[in-house]
Amino acid sequence: MSQAPAQAGDGWSEQVYSLIKEAGISLVTTVPDAGLTRLLNMCNGDEDIHVVTLSTEEEGIGMAYGAWLGGTRALLCLQSSGTGNCINGLALPAFARSPCLMLVTMRGQEGEGNPAQLPMGRAVKPVFEAMGVTCLEAKTEPDVAAFFKQGADMAFSDGKAVAVLIAQQVIGVKSFSK
Amino acid sequence: MSGGAKKLERRNVLARALEVRGDALVVSSLGTSTYDLFAISPAPENAYFWGAMGLAVPAGLGLAIAQPERRVLVVAGDGEMMMGIGSLSVIAAQAPENLSILILDNEMFEETGAQSGLSASRADIAQIALGSGFEKTMVARGEDDVARLADFLFAQPGPVLAVAKIGPGSDEPVFPSMDGPELVRTFRNAVLGNR
Repeated sequence: MSQAPAQAGDGWSEQVYSLIKEAGISLVTTVPDAGLTRLLNMCNGDEDIHVVTLSTEEEGIGMAYGAWLGGTRALLCLQSSGTGNCINGLALPAFARSPCLMLVTMRGQEGEGNPAQLPMGRAVKPVFEAMGVTCLEAKTEPDVAAFFKQGADMAFSDGKAVAVLIAQQVIGVKSFSK
Repeated sequence: MSGGAKKLERRNVLARALEVRGDALVVSSLGTSTYDLFAISPAPENAYFWGAMGLAVPAGLGLAIAQPERRVLVVAGDGEMMMGIGSLSVIAAQAPENLSILILDNEMFEETGAQSGLSASRADIAQIALGSGFEKTMVARGEDDVARLADFLFAQPGPVLAVAKIGPGSDEPVFPSMDGPELVRTFRNAVLGNR
């Protein structure tokens, strides 16, 4: 099992990192994903960004709320399979109209080699939207930064829950060939 | 074992714990913890949960990271803590010195009809906290323990977790605002000023 090398689409990590700084985000919470590796490494190397590894993604929803109460802006980075773990927790930003910004690397889309990823991959958008989360789907590499900027504005200026979904075709497909 | 001794009374435990609250920020989990906090120590610096079970403790961690100069106390029930039990290992890894947790453990889901909870049988929340990497935990079973709670929670560096073994029942519930944006605005204005 190996991660296929990310192809042309690797530049989004740098762009999103710059936008994290620009937006004044200083708390990044995550259950990691291979596609997030570069971005998380950059955040880990930045002394002004506090990176917190979670046991389950919904903790990041709670942490973002607490951080906002204390004047800090947070970002939750997760794989699509973890979006399902967040559902009841998303009642919190919906109830409080508080910012909840998420960056989701998609599995279970075109080229997925693991059938167990397909159900949640298909369900991310309808389920998130049912909980009031605005989904911005980045299907090409330049989309990622554009949508991240838009999502951060919506979250922190308007108090919305927003997920930027990075399509599997942008990240590269995990290979299961032996 | 408590050996049939009288169980602690939840609002008395909370009142004693908050005697020296000072300028602490307090997060309460949904249900009776929120009603009790509002009854005992209503303050704009309280973050009352009305939902999102399991997330009061992570919210306390986010708040503690955002406000490192202020003590943050999370008051939560045993069901709430069990649902978010993994967050104890997240907190232990972060080791915020300003975070304290008080679990009001009545060993049941009292709000929904007093069904037995997991801490009624084998699960020991203080032991789980130790196994998650907490170094300072205590279990309060009698009034002498309750007398030590405030110091334990506020007078030493965190993260610390106290479990108070309380009996069932509480006084008449009193409810803080159910208006989420208003709760956020009130808290942020008190802690951050108008920004």
